Amino acid sequence: MADWYTNFANSGVGTTITKQLGLPRPAVLRRYEPGQPLLPGPAVLGSAGEGRLRDTLTRVLKDAGVTVQSAVVADGSTDGEKPAAVLLDATGVTGPAQLAAAHDFLAPAVKRLRASGRVLVLADPPSATDSPATAAARQAFDGLVRSIGKELLDGSTANLVYVPEGAETSLASPVRFFLSGRSAYVDGQVLTLSAADVPTGEDAEKPLAGKVAVVTGAARGIGASIAQVMARDGAHVVAVDIPVAGEALAGVANEIGGTALQLDITAADAPQRLVEHLRERHGGVDVVVHNAGITRDKLLVNMDAARWNSVMAVNLQAQLDITEALLAADGLLRENARVVCVSSQSGIAGNRGQTNYAASKAGVIGMVRAWAPEFAGRGATINAVAPGFIVTEMTAKMPFGTREVGSRINSLSQGGLPVDVAETIAWLSQPGSAGVNGQTVRVCGQSMLGA
Amino acid sequence: MATTRQAAIVGGNRIPFARSNSRYAQASNQDMLTATLDGLVARFGLQGQQVGEVVAGAVLKHARDFNLTRESVLGSKLDPSTPAYDVQQACGTGLEAAILVANKIALGQIESGIAGGVDTTSDAPLAVGEDLRRILISLNSAKTLQERLKAIAKIRPGMIAPEIPRNAEPRTGLAMGEHAQLTAHEWEIGREEQDELTVRSHQNMAAAYDRGFFDDLVTPFLGLSRDQNLRPDSSLEKLAKLKPVFGKALPEGAEATMTAGNSTPLTDGASAVLLASDEWAAEHNLPVLAHLVDAQTAAVDYVHRGEGLLMAPVYAVPRMLARNGLTLQDFDFYEIHEAFASTVLATMKAWEDPAYCKEKLGLDAPLGAIDRSKLNVYGSSLAAGHPFAATGGRIVASLAKTLHEAGPGKRGLISICAAGGQGVVAILES
Repeated sequence: MADWYTNFANSGVGTTITKQLGLPRPAVLRRYEPGQPLLPGPAVLGSAGEGRLRDTLTRVLKDAGVTVQSAVVADGSTDGEKPAAVLLDATGVTGPAQLAAAHDFLAPAVKRLRASGRVLVLADPPSATDSPATAAARQAFDGLVRSIGKELLDGSTANLVYVPEGAETSLASPVRFFLSGRSAYVDGQVLTLSAADVPTGEDAEKPLAGKVAVVTGAARGIGASIAQVMARDGAHVVAVDIPVAGEALAGVANEIGGTALQLDITAADAPQRLVEHLRERHGGVDVVVHNAGITRDKLLVNMDAARWNSVMAVNLQAQLDITEALLAADGLLRENARVVCVSSQSGIAGNRGQTNYAASKAGVIGMVRAWAPEFAGRGATINAVAPGFIVTEMTAKMPFGTREVGSRINSLSQGGLPVDVAETIAWLSQPGSAGVNGQTVRVCGQSMLGA
Repeated sequence: MATTRQAAIVGGNRIPFARSNSRYAQASNQDMLTATLDGLVARFGLQGQQVGEVVAGAVLKHARDFNLTRESVLGSKLDPSTPAYDVQQACGTGLEAAILVANKIALGQIESGIAGGVDTTSDAPLAVGEDLRRILISLNSAKTLQERLKAIAKIRPGMIAPEIPRNAEPRTGLAMGEHAQLTAHEWEIGREEQDELTVRSHQNMAAAYDRGFFDDLVTPFLGLSRDQNLRPDSSLEKLAKLKPVFGKALPEGAEATMTAGNSTPLTDGASAVLLASDEWAAEHNLPVLAHLVDAQTAAVDYVHRGEGLLMAPVYAVPRMLARNGLTLQDFDFYEIHEAFASTVLATMKAWEDPAYCKEKLGLDAPLGAIDRSKLNVYGSSLAAGHPFAATGGRIVASLAKTLHEAGPGKRGLISICAAGGQGVVAILES
């Protein structure tokens, strides 16, 4: 599934050539497959200061069948098998002086990290203190982790999770995600958890069992991949796309045992039709993935109203209108409902020729942040996922140079796959992800754009 | 066996209809029917499920279309253990298939079923001439080289021309359009009223597409997402410019009024309807759009007694109305298949004609006029096109949805004329 260059760079002769020429050496990423263990090797767990997450983390790892290699505080040096993950509990850090302990633990541990390894740092959020020194130290992890992400080789990633007091119970699902192959292309990200009632008893292999999931734009590309992954994880997928895409949509629905719903989500009556369909056919809905999106690129000065309006209508207004209708429909959004909105790297970094698209996708980020408290009040969540350079039919049509540059300017030196976006969305859709709310997770291999 | 029950119409699916020798030129009957079944499966989540029976047919069939419906089921996402059989009643095939499925559901013999139809005039079967066919058969059965050579020696160049299926009645040699033109003349159906009906059909169907009415009735196929024959910008002025295409059988001096605009073109396409018992629908969380209340067929002797070829539905409807204690005006929607605009107009005129209703239909009073605003409200065959066996399924599903949208207790009448002087009619009720 890797691209041609990744295949070449990992072949016998390709290895020699790319090394000698100093070319990028993208790794074949460890991606999730059902039945796969959480990690292909042991994890090293360390602390900086007197952290409060060690017990929780140990339990999460042990529950997932992971061997925890060493409990030596701030000393990652161990003998034996190379670790597949390095976890740092940095919740004990109260000032810059203690950052040295983080360095002392991470340096030797990361050195021994195996390919497609994971570095995960857990800290208190900088905003949750009045002390400038404490805030500085906590914020420091942002720079530290992002830099580690850029230094790591061989498909390894580094991510940071801020865990406020009281949000410890929210930890399991994000930790599992960041260590697993599901997060293969999620790198250099900072996630802030919130306290939530996290349901237990989830089937690790089928975390979405019994759930009804709506996926818009499901006929092809990333949307089709989302539908496939949701179905793999146990959901019944209502695959939605515009009527003209109906033939491919039916193919997707039939492949995954879902149902096809041909609907132009920008139609005035679309929210109501979707609500009625879900009520009649399923009695309610658990997961809604707003994936449908279009591009109508032109430089701002040349952009006509039609291009501007159609992009806004599909990418932003439809997400707002449908979400509002679902919230208003009494009892339709079930307990532990999840809404995941697809944003874009362009919405974070901007992109030449995409003022309309970038505006709509940035709007999505603002939307989920604003809606998060209301969703939390219902025991639900709303989040955004911002894909970076994802290899699809659309990128295949880009000029060779643009495509190659676009796909290499990230820490993993390769474009992501639709399944990488789908895995992240499926993770946010899990009941166990109750403590992730109002966040925007980039699936970009730590792209240099907008970072 | 328990008492009978009414079969529910759950929903339908069809592929957009394509003009002959165009978008579906390379698609076979089996390709189109399979795609249509798969679209239905996707809409209702029937992957791997067994339905009671799949009944469908085609009017133009190849020898290779042996067991067409069963073969299509085997190629679809339905459970391969779903039984199927073919039917054929010319243009009445699709509706007749729905009636057959509904009757088995009504009797409790099956709980669910799919009725459908498909036709291609592009991928049509060609036959060799009778002379050549006989020679080829004797060649096949020849045992010695001498016998074979003897058979081959009988072949003449003139025999090579294939027999192309014609849209003509075997017993009169007249094309269906010629028959319809004779009827139009007899009933004094004018050119303008035919063109008006045609424009309304196009406009109604275009508006229905625009408001998303067909979103859950049609699944695109081979890049076509709307009926290819549909002309949203159709107008009386444009239609008035067309030259008549039938009329060679008309008496001297009579005006030919039927054009390529107010007659349906040759079309390729397929349709399918999901029917079930109310219980089956409820178990599967599927809607009941309408019930199939009753149905009737009739046939007329157009060969010897001078009745119009396409007038059989005129006879079928009063029989069905009488059985159900209904009048022609007791309907909220009418679906009269637009084989030709003149056919629809002649049908309605006949029902309004006291003498005809008394003498031919044996009624004390004419059935009377129908409210035109309730006729073919989302367009019919003049706009969509008419792949013979697929028309019934198109109408059943569209009417069922129309009735469902209008609310409970609404009633609709379907009237379909067919080759051979036949007619198939039915009542649906929401």
